[in-house]
Amino acid sequence: MAKIEEYAPIVGESIIDDLKLLADKLKGKVIQNINSTAVGGGVAEILSRMIPLLKELGVDARWDLIKGGEQFFEVTKKFHNALHGSPCEITSGDFAIFMEQSQRNIDEAVIYGDVVFVHDPQPVALINKKTDNKWIWRCHIDISSPNHKVWGFLRDFVVKYDAAVFSAPNFSQHLPIRQFLISPSIDPLSDKNIELPQETIDAVLKKYNLRKDKPIITQISRFDRLKDPLGVIESYLLVKKYIDCQLILAGGTAADDPEGIKVFEEVKDRAKQNPDIHILLLSHNNIEVNALQRASDVIVQKSIREGFGLTVSEALWKAKPVVASNVGGIPLQIKHKYSGLLCHSVEGAAFAIKQLLHNPEYAKRLGQNGREHIRNNFLLTRHLREYMLLFLSLYHNEDIVYL
Amino acid sequence: MPELIRANEPFRFYTKLHLTELTGLRAATLNQLLILIKEVPGSCIYHHTHRFLQQHEYLSPEPPNDFAYWVSEVLGEDRLGERLSSIDTIQFVAIRSLRDKLIATIDDYLKNDPLSRLKFAREGEEFHFIKSVSFVFATNYIAYDLREFREALERITLDSLYFHIFDARLRLEHGFNDFSNWLKNSTGDRELAARLSRLDPYTYTLEELRKTIIEIIDERISSSHG
Repeated sequence: MAKIEEYAPIVGESIIDDLKLLADKLKGKVIQNINSTAVGGGVAEILSRMIPLLKELGVDARWDLIKGGEQFFEVTKKFHNALHGSPCEITSGDFAIFMEQSQRNIDEAVIYGDVVFVHDPQPVALINKKTDNKWIWRCHIDISSPNHKVWGFLRDFVVKYDAAVFSAPNFSQHLPIRQFLISPSIDPLSDKNIELPQETIDAVLKKYNLRKDKPIITQISRFDRLKDPLGVIESYLLVKKYIDCQLILAGGTAADDPEGIKVFEEVKDRAKQNPDIHILLLSHNNIEVNALQRASDVIVQKSIREGFGLTVSEALWKAKPVVASNVGGIPLQIKHKYSGLLCHSVEGAAFAIKQLLHNPEYAKRLGQNGREHIRNNFLLTRHLREYMLLFLSLYHNEDIVYL
Repeated sequence: MPELIRANEPFRFYTKLHLTELTGLRAATLNQLLILIKEVPGSCIYHHTHRFLQQHEYLSPEPPNDFAYWVSEVLGEDRLGERLSSIDTIQFVAIRSLRDKLIATIDDYLKNDPLSRLKFAREGEEFHFIKSVSFVFATNYIAYDLREFREALERITLDSLYFHIFDARLRLEHGFNDFSNWLKNSTGDRELAARLSRLDPYTYTLEELRKTIIEIIDERISSSHG
């Protein structure tokens, strides 16, 4: 695990100094993070890097998990899809299962934080344990067009918090509490993003029978309908009519996502007639993800809904040209035609991919712009800074705070 | 060899960091955009103009401000987009005058091109008004003379540089920056203060601006030793 000083060559020593100064202003406060899974998915990934760094800076940050069995996570997965706006049937039995497990979690949870930082809907009901400490609900999901039954149910808990945090402006809701915008981030020193020697990249290509003499188009994401892997295949097939290229769809599944394997099988079935489509189930092999991104000519993120879409930041950090849907947090990462191309459809994605493959200089400029945009706005150090500012903001109501 | 002047009061470098707060206000048409620009807090106008520039400094070609980008890219109103782009945002020394200029530009366009009222942003592409909550605090960098000042300048963040050069104009509502103020009032070096005041910071990236100020100070240090 990287130490805070190791980020100085990437972002500058003085940025690290600012983090230390802010951490100093949080002395004496305990920050208790709570979520539902220790591995898999973006939230666990971010927390596993943030907590040690906050501690190293001198902030007493801790991380606890709630419990939940298969039934509970099936319900919360349904909530997740419903909040994203996918059609699904939520029954009163589902709400009962959620409440039953939540009550057990409320009974068992030990709340000790001066600031209790609750991530996503699974632990949202813990707010019923609020005393005179500060509580923040961190929503990592795109809830711009939520299922109103589910959102209405969760909203009753959310309004009891002191503040809510969303990843993109259009996720915000009518709430009587303060709402902040904090984008997630990538860690430039993690296995997924660190520079790799060419031999490592070549070895991964060899392992998966990928050719170096044909352009590679890649989408890295969990096998999830909201990431539209079948749509990516359709776009690829439109491109393939004109350009002989390969497609990689690679990703893992999260511990709290029981649907993942089913989607993986469907995608595999759709691709089986085409030897240039490579469907790879990589369970948390971040070096391989990194190598595949670096070996790609174009990276795609054709999501239908997106909590944020950190794979876009990962790709841009590697200075890759990206074609991505204009959803969730993606337009924050890509300014259309400045740092990538945004699309709205299978055909639009195919057209953009062709444009980039046919104009390598243009593709290169978008990629380079993208890398600088990520350096300034989406690296872990910016995220650490904003979390600390968020904790401090709970103790101030004004627009300009003199610390 | 003459000594560098020791200041009556040291220069303490500050910095200003931002947290973005969502207001829940959104516009889907030009008219709604105009109404909200008139109503939102100054910290919203600040966010969509100044913060946008800081966040996108390294993009090439550089997009101008959130309003211009949205009007061009989402509503497809390129002519208004161009007019909003050409507002020289950071030349305005008060948010209220910048707000007035934005209002006048959109108002004028709506009057001359009434059809533009009919354009709607697609769902999910509305303009969301957000504001900056700013945190100002002292850094560990302090300078008593020009050499210490120069050394600190090399090390401070771009946020700190921005605060003392650009934000100072809004904060003090005059054309000066904090560096010139200090040089004039605490070290008595009116010539150097004037030279830094004359510098047009808007034509540089922040990193180039830092380099240029350091070069000017280096010249001053060597001339005071010559």
